[in-house]
Amino acid sequence: MSYETVAAFSQVSSLLFFLALFIGVLAYAFWPGNRRRFDRAQVKALDLENDSNSRGGRT
Amino acid sequence: MVDTAVERRAFADAAAALGCGLGVALGLVLALKSTDPVMAFHGSLLALAGLAGGLFILKSSFGPDGGKPADDEDYLDGPIKVATIAAVVWGIAGFAIGDFIAWQMAFPALNFDLPWTSFGRMRPLHTSAVVFAFGGNALIATSLYVVQRTCHARLAGRWSPYFVVWGYQLFIVIAGTGYLLGVTQSKEYAEPEWYADLWLTVVWVVYLLVFLGTIARRREPHIYVANWFYLAFIVTIAMLHIVNNLALPVSLTGTQSYVVFAGVQDAMTQWWYGHNAVGFFLTAGFLGIMYYFIPKRVERPVYSYRLSIVHFWTLIFLYIWAGPHHLHYTALPDWAQTLGMTFSVMLWMPSWGGMINGLMTLSGAWDKLRTDPVVRLLVVSVAFYGMSTFEGPLMSIKAVNSLSHYTDWTIGHVHSGALGWVAMVSFGAIYCLVPWLWKRRGLYSLRLVEWHFWISTVGILLYITAMWVSGILQGLMWRAYDSLGFLQYSFVESVEAMKPFYMIRALGGLLFVIGGLIMAYNVWRTVRGDEPVDAMEQPRIAAAPELRPVAAE
Repeated sequence: MSYETVAAFSQVSSLLFFLALFIGVLAYAFWPGNRRRFDRAQVKALDLENDSNSRGGRT
Repeated sequence: MVDTAVERRAFADAAAALGCGLGVALGLVLALKSTDPVMAFHGSLLALAGLAGGLFILKSSFGPDGGKPADDEDYLDGPIKVATIAAVVWGIAGFAIGDFIAWQMAFPALNFDLPWTSFGRMRPLHTSAVVFAFGGNALIATSLYVVQRTCHARLAGRWSPYFVVWGYQLFIVIAGTGYLLGVTQSKEYAEPEWYADLWLTVVWVVYLLVFLGTIARRREPHIYVANWFYLAFIVTIAMLHIVNNLALPVSLTGTQSYVVFAGVQDAMTQWWYGHNAVGFFLTAGFLGIMYYFIPKRVERPVYSYRLSIVHFWTLIFLYIWAGPHHLHYTALPDWAQTLGMTFSVMLWMPSWGGMINGLMTLSGAWDKLRTDPVVRLLVVSVAFYGMSTFEGPLMSIKAVNSLSHYTDWTIGHVHSGALGWVAMVSFGAIYCLVPWLWKRRGLYSLRLVEWHFWISTVGILLYITAMWVSGILQGLMWRAYDSLGFLQYSFVESVEAMKPFYMIRALGGLLFVIGGLIMAYNVWRTVRGDEPVDAMEQPRIAAAPELRPVAAE
């Protein structure tokens, strides 16, 4: 196996790998069903609704 | 009756006391056996730290409420207070040392012809103090605060969070005194010698375990995005630190060691480390601050949570490849240089995506920029983040780098990121944290924050504009040829031309130090419990959660 073969293989496979990862991230982030979940999770994590509680909004 | 909580507490106390005892023993061996005076000094520091820690643990264990298990319902804020104060104190020390060496550049007599005060020893003291001591403590404080609040869980571990914070301070003292005494492995931003590196590794692994343990006991199903950034920072720094510091000590009781890599491999490993120290320490960690403190302070959710997810994954996958741009036109293979440049240019996208996300979080609340200087610090820091992450990829382009490299332009770039982004966002977070942690109705004075903001902003602008002019002038002078093909200027002529810019830079740095002192005074008065002098001007969010007035309907 020559250097060129190894280099070509690793370059193409990493390209595809990164591309797949990127598409995966975009799909996860923009999946329509996830939107409401993210928004709710964020408001709860930041205690944006009720922060006067001494336990930081814990119930 | 067997009470497992009591037993667990007793076990934790015993284990922690034993650990301190081990530290004392190891420190004493080094202090008494080492023929290297610096190692003996550092050994006695370790022994003293172990003794102090052990006594504290025993006192609390056998004290009036010893044996009582901790209230698992409360957050653990003690270590966070320590790290917050440490950030303020180390910050001022680091800024002051930086300004001192800036004056040395303009007036070399200030080196005093002494080894301890020479630029070569003071410069790593400055960089480590600001990056690792100031920035590191700001990151430890905010990460331990944010992970508890966003997970609604108490920090994992009884003594380990304290070990992380105090162990980190011991590392800083060992590293810093080592530099002054001439101990260094000569790797930029990784100067501490092997034994300090090993100590930091132990501290850092415990930090990772505390952070992961807290996430594991979270009561929110979703892990908030700021924690992802903090986790990427902790994990990546562990990896970078271990690989770049692989070294063989000459003796187990001596300070000297040899790095295992050599030549271009060493250079590449060093800048893989060096650039990712920027990417994961100075960027990812501080983005964690941005994603918690901006939405929290303006009381609105992040502009686009989905964008923050894309920001996170693209940032961490691109940053790790950018290191080779520090080695343009060197023995590093050409393809590796081009790879580093390409990934640096691609970083424009996630950086600006993140910047827009941070800035747009204010949409609908832009008036807070005018009324709340803490918000202004946070937001201007993000603007500086955008500016320096625009400049960085530009400078990584080989043609630009051929002009900018080895000149003051690089110094200006680093400081627009470090002063404008990292320090400003940390100041904003510290101003938020202090009243929240010490349960105060607000900061002692919001007007002093205003002063701090403007003085340091003017300081930064003086600094970076001076370095732009100076750097480009330097680069142009170095490459100028006359009609016969000889260099137009000797090196010393370019040095002479720098003098006015060095003085402007040092003046800008002085303003920044003054800003830091104003912050320290404000923090001290707030911690002491003095009533706010301008309570009416402070937003309700400035007060600790339990003291906040309920929002008007």
